Amino acid sequence: MQALTTRVKEVDRKPMNFWERIYLPAVVKGMAITFSHMFKKRPTVRYPEQKRPFSPVFRGLHVLNRDEEGRERCTACGLCAVACPAEAITMEAAERKDGEEGLYREEKYAARYEINMLRCIFCGLCEEACPKDAIYLTETFTPANFARKNFIYGKPDLLIPNPKTEEAAFAEAKGLNN
Amino acid sequence: MTLLALNLDWAYLLGKLILIAIIISVSLVIAMYETYLERKVAAWLQDRIGPNRAGPFGIFQPLADGAKLFFKEEIIPNSSNKFLFILGPCLAMMTAMMTCAVIPWSSSLDFGHGPIPLQIADINIGILYIFGVVSLGVYGIMIGGWASNNKFSLLAAMRGASQVISYELAMGIAIISLIFVTGSLSLKDIVGQQIGHTWNIVYQPLGFLIFFICALAECNRAPFDLPEAESELNMGYHQEYSSMKLGFYLFSEYINMFISSVIMATLFFGGYDIPFVNTATMNPNLAAVLGLIALMAKVVVFIFVFMWIRWSLPRFRYDQLMNLGWKGLLPLALVNMVVTGGVVLWLHK
Repeated sequence: MQALTTRVKEVDRKPMNFWERIYLPAVVKGMAITFSHMFKKRPTVRYPEQKRPFSPVFRGLHVLNRDEEGRERCTACGLCAVACPAEAITMEAAERKDGEEGLYREEKYAARYEINMLRCIFCGLCEEACPKDAIYLTETFTPANFARKNFIYGKPDLLIPNPKTEEAAFAEAKGLNN
Repeated sequence: MTLLALNLDWAYLLGKLILIAIIISVSLVIAMYETYLERKVAAWLQDRIGPNRAGPFGIFQPLADGAKLFFKEEIIPNSSNKFLFILGPCLAMMTAMMTCAVIPWSSSLDFGHGPIPLQIADINIGILYIFGVVSLGVYGIMIGGWASNNKFSLLAAMRGASQVISYELAMGIAIISLIFVTGSLSLKDIVGQQIGHTWNIVYQPLGFLIFFICALAECNRAPFDLPEAESELNMGYHQEYSSMKLGFYLFSEYINMFISSVIMATLFFGGYDIPFVNTATMNPNLAAVLGLIALMAKVVVFIFVFMWIRWSLPRFRYDQLMNLGWKGLLPLALVNMVVTGGVVLWLHK
């Protein structure tokens, strides 16, 4: 019969000879193999000290973006909440008052914006749905927490630092430093 | 004797008590670090790193493990026999510790008041004593498995008992042929004969091989770890145990491993003899310390081999285990005994 691959090995069904039956040569051979592994390179990444780089398209924790003048981009249109397959996003819209032009970019803004990080599946559809480039996914993990309610991230957790007033924090959040 | 006349030699008694305390605490510490070494060796052989979080290189890992065991909830099953349930681990631990008593750890120290032997008791039937105490060890397993009132524990205990009994025969006969060569049962004498001469391994290579395999089986180490076959019997004879009672079982296993390594080094590899070095001309205290280091080096090598075997070989099936014991090792040991006896007789003529 023709073999399907070139790596076929015939199974040897001969009765075992004396050396095979006393089992010790095979034991020694097996132990030599395991011993040789003592000197092999370990593939372990020592995690908290060493980190593997993420790919640029990694989808991690969300961030609510600001424009160059530090104004919130989000207009609370709700497209992200509609796009979200896990229904993790809720928001409440409010109208911009006079004198708040430096805070919000357009006349409508999100007074409340919450993402439930336990529901979120980090698919990135909110990022794709957003017409204002207001939400995008960073390269950070959601950090651990002790209570479920702390996993519902509000605006203070999500908003990126203001590039005008908190330059250093903004650069770090953007990942410009590394 | 002095003891009967109540005219005790208090200094002698105190010295022995101190020695007992030191030896027991050292055995416990060694058993603790064997668990660490076991995990490290397993990791090395499997291309991993092993415990490295607690302290530098993870050397505080055994302490963390011990503390964890102490804080675990102590569960005694309702349907168990409570007295025997507690007796089991005590017995396992006690028999493991008792074997230390006759081992000559090194040559005598001397601080100007006569020699202080580094051996708790030099009894003239040392090997028989060890053999007897090691056989008692099976009661810890049997009683623990029986008292748990659990099918798996009981099965494991039965396996353990029959395994230990089967392998003790071959082990005993291997020792008999060794005694033909040495002509003494005292461990001190056996070591004394090997110092400056050839080690017994040269005269008894087959005897050593049989003894070594049987020692693996007696310690319930892989590939003979049928009493605690995790994959078949959940966890074996100590399945119902928790907290430090489980710790005692695990610990006694490691102490047994340490003691059997010491015995193998003593019987076959010259004990505290340092090869190619004449310690007779040295300061006795220096010689004793160096001898102890030599013995410990041999022991560490044996312990490493024990672990190396554990992480290389698969477990025997039960019928294979019995086949090897009764049809393989026992006849081999008998042949070895007869041949050794014949050669010894012929040479002495």
